[in-house]
Amino acid sequence: MAVVLAAAALSCVAAEVSPSLFFAKIGNFTGYIGRLFHLDSGALVVTDPVEWYWGLARWARLLGETIVMAYVGTALGAIGAFFLAFLAAANVTPARWLSFTVRRFCEFCRTVPGLVFALMFVIAFGLGPMAGVLAIAIHSLGALGKLFAEVVENIDMKPVEGVQATGAPWHVSMRFGALPQVMSNFVSYVLLRFEVNVRESAVLGFVGAGGIGMDLFEAIRKFYYSDVSAILVMIVVTVAVIDIFTGKIRHRLIGLVEGR
Amino acid sequence: MLRLDSVIKSFGAKRAVDGISLVVPSGQLVGVIGQSGSGKSTLLRMINRLSDPTSGSIHYGDVDVTALKGRDLRAWRARCAMIFQQFNLSGRLDVLTNVMMGRAFHAPLSRSLFKLWNDEEKALGLSALEGLDIGRLAAQRADTLSGGQQQRVAIARALVQEPEIILADEPIASLDPRNTQVVMDALQHINRHMGITVICNLHSLDLARKYCDRLVGLAGGRLVFDGVPAELTDRVARDLYGLESGEVLSPETQPGLLPVGAETGLALANH
Repeated sequence: MAVVLAAAALSCVAAEVSPSLFFAKIGNFTGYIGRLFHLDSGALVVTDPVEWYWGLARWARLLGETIVMAYVGTALGAIGAFFLAFLAAANVTPARWLSFTVRRFCEFCRTVPGLVFALMFVIAFGLGPMAGVLAIAIHSLGALGKLFAEVVENIDMKPVEGVQATGAPWHVSMRFGALPQVMSNFVSYVLLRFEVNVRESAVLGFVGAGGIGMDLFEAIRKFYYSDVSAILVMIVVTVAVIDIFTGKIRHRLIGLVEGR
Repeated sequence: MLRLDSVIKSFGAKRAVDGISLVVPSGQLVGVIGQSGSGKSTLLRMINRLSDPTSGSIHYGDVDVTALKGRDLRAWRARCAMIFQQFNLSGRLDVLTNVMMGRAFHAPLSRSLFKLWNDEEKALGLSALEGLDIGRLAAQRADTLSGGQQQRVAIARALVQEPEIILADEPIASLDPRNTQVVMDALQHINRHMGITVICNLHSLDLARKYCDRLVGLAGGRLVFDGVPAELTDRVARDLYGLESGEVLSPETQPGLLPVGAETGLALANH
C-alpha cells in the first residue's frame, strides 16, 4: 500500500500534477460550472427554458447530423471489419502473412486518434460531416476488426472443418461454418460501437468535421455559458437514450444466444 | 484404387503416422483399428488432406493427392467425403442447409453463398435424408437433433457429394448402441449398394469384425496388421491394443449391438 502511494506521489511530481494547484484552482472549475447554468441576465437557466434553448431547432438539426454521422461511420466500419476479421483471425486465415498484414492495418486504424483523421479529412474534403464520417469509419474499422477477429478465433472449428472437408471453397466454409457462430456477437459489438461513436462524433465537430461539436466548441470559446450547458444537456440525454436502447437490443441478443 | 506409400506425419519430434504403405482397391469396406493415439485419425485426415503428410505420397488412380492445390484439392475432397466423430455440422443451421454443403464444390460460389440451391440439388439432399430415414427433420436446426440423427445428417452431406470414397473417423464413438448400429448399417449399405469405398476408423473390435471386409491395425503409427477379420485372432488383438485390450475384447457379449434382426428403423438398410 505504501509502495502504491509512493509511486502515485512520485508520478504526480514527474507529470507536474500538483495537488496544491488542484485545490487552489478548483474554485475556478466549479465557478465555471456555476456560470454554465446561468443566463446572461443572471437568472438560473431553468427559470427561462425558452431563452436557454433559443437555438433548439438548429441544435436539434446538428445533433441529428451527429447521430447520422455516427450511424453511417459505424455501418461503413462494420462492413469493412466484417470482411477483414476472417482474414485476420489466426484460425481461419487463408494465409499467415495476410493475417499479420490485416492485423497491423487494424492496429493503425484504431491507434491514430479519430480527431487526427478528422483533421486530415477536413483538410482534404473541406469542412462538414463527410470528414467526420470517414474518421469514424476508419476508427471503427480498426476497433471492430480486432474485436471481430477475436470472436472468430474463439469459434468451434469442427463445423468449419466439416464444410471444408466437402471440397467447399474458403468463402463457403466461412459463410456456413463460422458465420452462424459469430453473427450475434458481431451485432452486439456493432451496437456497442455505435454508442461509443455517437459520443465520438460529437467531439469531431471541434475540428470542423460536422455535427453538433462545431457549435459546442464555438460556444465554449466565445463564453456563451448557457449555450454550452444547453448543448451538453442535449448530448447527454441523447447518448443516454441511445445507450438504453442499444443496451436493450444487445441484452436481448445475448438472451437469444444463451437461451436457446 | 487408393495407394499410400510410406506416409509419415510428424508433430514435432513425435511421429503420429510412421511410414504406412497401404493399397485400398475400390469398393472395399476397410476398418482401421488400433488404440487411441495410434494414428488412425491422422491417417484419415491426410487422405482427405485436412492435414498434410510430412513425407510419403498418397495416390488415387492417376492423381497424386499429396501434390494437389487450390481447386484440384477441393475437387479431391469432393470425391473423398469425410465423416467425423463429433459430426462437425453447423449446429445453428437447418439440416437441409448442412446437407447442401455437400454440393458446395459443384455449385457456383454465387449460388452457394446465398443458399440458392436449385430444385435438383434440393431433391438430391432430401432424398439422401429420406434414405437415412430423417427426411422429416430437414427444416430443423441441426443442434436440436440427437447424436445419431446428427451423424446421419453428416452421412447425407457426404452422400450428396456423390463421392467415390467415404472416410469415417470414429463415426460411432459418440453414439449409443442403437445409433451405433443404425450408422454402421448405413455405412455398410452405402458400401454394398452404391459401390463407394469406405474407410472407417473404429475403436471397437467387435464392430470392426462384424462390418468390415478387411481390417488394418495400427500401433504407434505403424501398420501392424492387414487382413480379413477372421485372421484377427485374440492374440493379435492383444498385441494391437496392449493395455486397452480388456476394453475392446469381450468374447461372450457384444456390447454396443442390438440382437440380430432388431428393427433399426433405417429405411435405407431395408431396401
